[in-house]
Amino acid sequence: MSSRTKHFFQALASPVGRKVLTGLTGLGLVLFVIVHMLGNLTYLQGGDAYNLYAHKLASYGVLLYILEVGLAAFFALHACIGISIYLRKRRARGGHYARYKTAGKPSLQTFASRTMIVSGIVLLVFLVLHLIHFKFGPGMAEGYVATIEGEQIRDLRRLMTEQFRSPLYAFGYPAVIILLGFHLRHGFWSALQSLSLTSPRLSSILYPAGALLGIVVGAGFIIVPLWIYFSQFS
Amino acid sequence: MAEQMTIHLRIWRQAGPDAPGRLVDYTVAGANEHMSFLELLDVLNEQLVHRGEEPVAFDSDCREGICGSCGVLVGGIAHGPQRRTAVCQLHMRSFKDGDRIVVEPFRARAFPLVKDLVVDRSAFDRIISAGGFISTTTGGAPDANALPVSKDAADEAMDYATCIGCGACVAACPNASASLFTAAKISHLALLPQGSVEASRRVVAMVRQMSEEGFGDCSNHTECEAVCPKGISIACIARMRREYVKAVLC
Repeated sequence: MSSRTKHFFQALASPVGRKVLTGLTGLGLVLFVIVHMLGNLTYLQGGDAYNLYAHKLASYGVLLYILEVGLAAFFALHACIGISIYLRKRRARGGHYARYKTAGKPSLQTFASRTMIVSGIVLLVFLVLHLIHFKFGPGMAEGYVATIEGEQIRDLRRLMTEQFRSPLYAFGYPAVIILLGFHLRHGFWSALQSLSLTSPRLSSILYPAGALLGIVVGAGFIIVPLWIYFSQFS
Repeated sequence: MAEQMTIHLRIWRQAGPDAPGRLVDYTVAGANEHMSFLELLDVLNEQLVHRGEEPVAFDSDCREGICGSCGVLVGGIAHGPQRRTAVCQLHMRSFKDGDRIVVEPFRARAFPLVKDLVVDRSAFDRIISAGGFISTTTGGAPDANALPVSKDAADEAMDYATCIGCGACVAACPNASASLFTAAKISHLALLPQGSVEASRRVVAMVRQMSEEGFGDCSNHTECEAVCPKGISIACIARMRREYVKAVLC
């Protein structure tokens, strides 16, 4: 390894490098959750809209696999650095204060910022379960077949409908999504600050924008399972 | 005549770095609103000496809020409840008669405790030694306009230069990060022509030293800015990151 490459990797592992990587991967994941949420909302259009959306995604073929691998790498890097920051923080404090409280404004220390590690780990565990249940869940071999544009594809609409008719999924999913909202509430602005894309003036807009993003994305994700669950009784 | 106050203090007492520590209750009668918080501790210490007990050790020097020697957690907040105020300039008018106040040292593994409320902040000196200086002789104050510095850059550099290195940023940060201190020094020098020559080398060396001292990572809580007695903005942390990326990539 050349000395320049070595210095580059040392820089990535530095406190600044870790934050830049966390910010970059975080913003990439923000983009992903927005697209995912918009995709989920196609369910509410009824008919074949959701399966059509899934079919369009699948038609990207190799490009989709590349995106998925990239996404998995972003998740892994974001989680690993987040956990390392938490472990380093525990070592750095050295002892507990008997009494500690925030000094208030301009501090942005909130429940959301203090619990990034908790919301992050819950989201990580949820992600694994979510992939098992949906991405790698029952497919055409198990009878989940729909016909779109004359082609037989996996019936994801049926799978989603069945899963969210169970109260465990219908209410467990929104509970996790609320944590995602809290994660975004601090994470969005924090990512921009880590990438030095903020200024005191911009922050007064970008910080509330993080809260708005958390609420909008959270609501977008939550509406579908609740809709499915309560529709079965009407 | 100022109204007399009785203040109940719970102070962290620890005889030495390896001795066990604990919170001890004291009551100071006869305090008044014009006293600074450190003067309240002086009064307590006089009482303790009079009783033949060991006085409470704490750091202080100028008592004018400009030297950075003092610093304790007062009621859970570094330097106490009044914004932009070092604890030596925190006056008892910020409290009420009968208040119970917990007083603790700044806690961070990189600030090992010496005694009671005194911690060793020489980690900051080592960060400065790593690059927080200009190697060339810059001479006396230059003639006006001999070295063009924009008003905005001069103002911003001055804001960062006001850092007194008290360590409140580390004490208040949930991660015990020294990012505000390090970034203030880096940004102050990077903004000025005299400091810009070594900007790349400086930012890499100072960030490395900050990491080696065992401070935590910044999670952008902004608690440091809220407790900084000089109100230094976390904008300098963003600038430090920009300087760092520039140094690594360019």
